[in-house]
Amino acid sequence: MNREAETTATDPHPDLTSPPSSAPAAAAVDQTRRALIGTAAGVTAAAVAPGLVLYSNANEAAPRTDPVSDVHRWGMLIDTDRCATGCTACVTACDRENGLNLQAKPLGDDQDKWQNQRATWIRKVRLQDNLTGRMTNLPLLCQHCENPPCVDVCPTGASFKRADGVVMVDRHTCIGCRYCMMACPYKARSFIHERVEQNLSRAPRGKGCVESCNLCAHRLDNGDISTACADACAHEGHHAIVFGDLKDPDGPLRQALAASPNRQIREDLRLNTGVRYAGI
Amino acid sequence: MDIIMIPPHHRMARRARPQRITWLARVALLIGLLLLAAAASAERVGGFVLPSSQAATAATCVEPTEYMRRNHFELIRHQRDETVYGGIRSTKHSLAGCVTCHVGHDGDGTPIPIADIGQFCNACHRYAAVRMNCFDCHATVPVGEGWNQTVTAPSAPTAQLADTALPPGHPSRGQPAPDR
Repeated sequence: MNREAETTATDPHPDLTSPPSSAPAAAAVDQTRRALIGTAAGVTAAAVAPGLVLYSNANEAAPRTDPVSDVHRWGMLIDTDRCATGCTACVTACDRENGLNLQAKPLGDDQDKWQNQRATWIRKVRLQDNLTGRMTNLPLLCQHCENPPCVDVCPTGASFKRADGVVMVDRHTCIGCRYCMMACPYKARSFIHERVEQNLSRAPRGKGCVESCNLCAHRLDNGDISTACADACAHEGHHAIVFGDLKDPDGPLRQALAASPNRQIREDLRLNTGVRYAGI
Repeated sequence: MDIIMIPPHHRMARRARPQRITWLARVALLIGLLLLAAAASAERVGGFVLPSSQAATAATCVEPTEYMRRNHFELIRHQRDETVYGGIRSTKHSLAGCVTCHVGHDGDGTPIPIADIGQFCNACHRYAAVRMNCFDCHATVPVGEGWNQTVTAPSAPTAQLADTALPPGHPSRGQPAPDR
C-alpha cells in the first residue's frame, strides 16, 4: 500500500543508536584512547535505546528530505467535554512554541487594545446555551479547511494549503492586505502590527504579515508528529485534543473520530475542516 | 594681524609660481598613490568572516567560497520555497544554517545579532551597498531552531563525538551532516 511504502521510504537516515563502526580505522590509535571511545559509544547506545521504546515513530523522527505529499492530511479532534474552564494550557504552550510570547505591547498602547490586536493562534472560547444554561469551552484555531476561503481570496497566493493539508501563509509573498482575515469564518488569523524585536528561528515574524496556526509544521517537518497544544493538554491531564493523520484509518485520530460523535464548526459552509469538535 | 599684500606684478609673486606647480604635482602624486593603494586593497575583498564565528574554523562554506560570494542568495531563495511549500527545513542551504555558522560571539560567548553593524551579513552588504530585509522577520541569532542541524538531540553529537574522537569544544562538532 502507498502509505506503508512511504513510511519505509522516508527512512534513509542512519541509525544513531548503533555504535560507530570506526573500530578498524582506529587501529593506529593507542589503546587508552580506543578504550575511551568504546565506552563512549556504549554509553550512547544505552542512553538512546529506551527512547526508541518510548516513541514508536522514532525511526521517522528525522528532518524530511522529500517535499510534503498528500499521503497525510493532518487534523485534530477536540473534545469540548474535556476542555476545562479556566485552563489555558494550550494557548500558553502555543505562544511559547511559536514565539507569540515575544510580542511586546507598543509603548503607550492601551492594555485592552493590545489584547485585541496581538497575534493569537488559539482562542479559548466559552459558549452558553441561553435556553438551558449549558456552558461549553473550546479552543478555536485555524480549522485547516480542505477548501479554505482564505486561500480563495488571497490576491498574491501567499495564503496557501500545503500538500499535507496544513493551511499556511507564505510571508515572503504576503502583502498584509488582510483579505484572508475577513474571509475566515473562524476569526483564526492575526495581523502583526508592530515590529517584533526577537524571533525564533522556527517562527519568523515581521511587521505587516498575516499569520495563523500551522499545526506546528516545524515539528511535523522534523518527523515529530505532535503539536504543542495537544501535548500541553495531555500534560494537564485533560486529553481534550487528539492530533493525527486524517488519512490513516488505524491512526489515533481516525480511531477517536470513529469512537464519538463529532462535527465541524459551520459545517454548512462545506469547507471540510481538518479540525473537528466533539460535544458541541 | 597684518597681512602684507604683494601685488601680482611684484617680483616675489612671479618667483613663487614655479614653486606652486611643484607643490601641486606632489599632491597629485600623493593622490595617485592613495588611489593605487585603494585599488590594491579592493582586490582583497573578503575577510568578513568573523574570527569568533564557527565559520572561521571551517575549511570551506557549504559550497566553494567563490560560488557562495556571488550566488548565496540564489541558494537561500530556492531553499526558502522548498521550506515553505515542501517542508524541507534541514538542508545545508537553510538561512538558519547560515546564521548558526556565521554568527559572531562576544567575549563571554553570547551570539551577536548577525545583522548588526560590522557583523557578517551587515559588513559585506554594507560594502556592496545591498540592503536586505531577511532579518525583519528571521532570527538574527540561533535560537529555537527545533530542527536545525547543529542543535540536534543530545544523542547525535555524542555519537558523532565517539565516532570521530573530537574534543567537546571542537568546532567541527555539529557541522551540517551531508544530506541526500
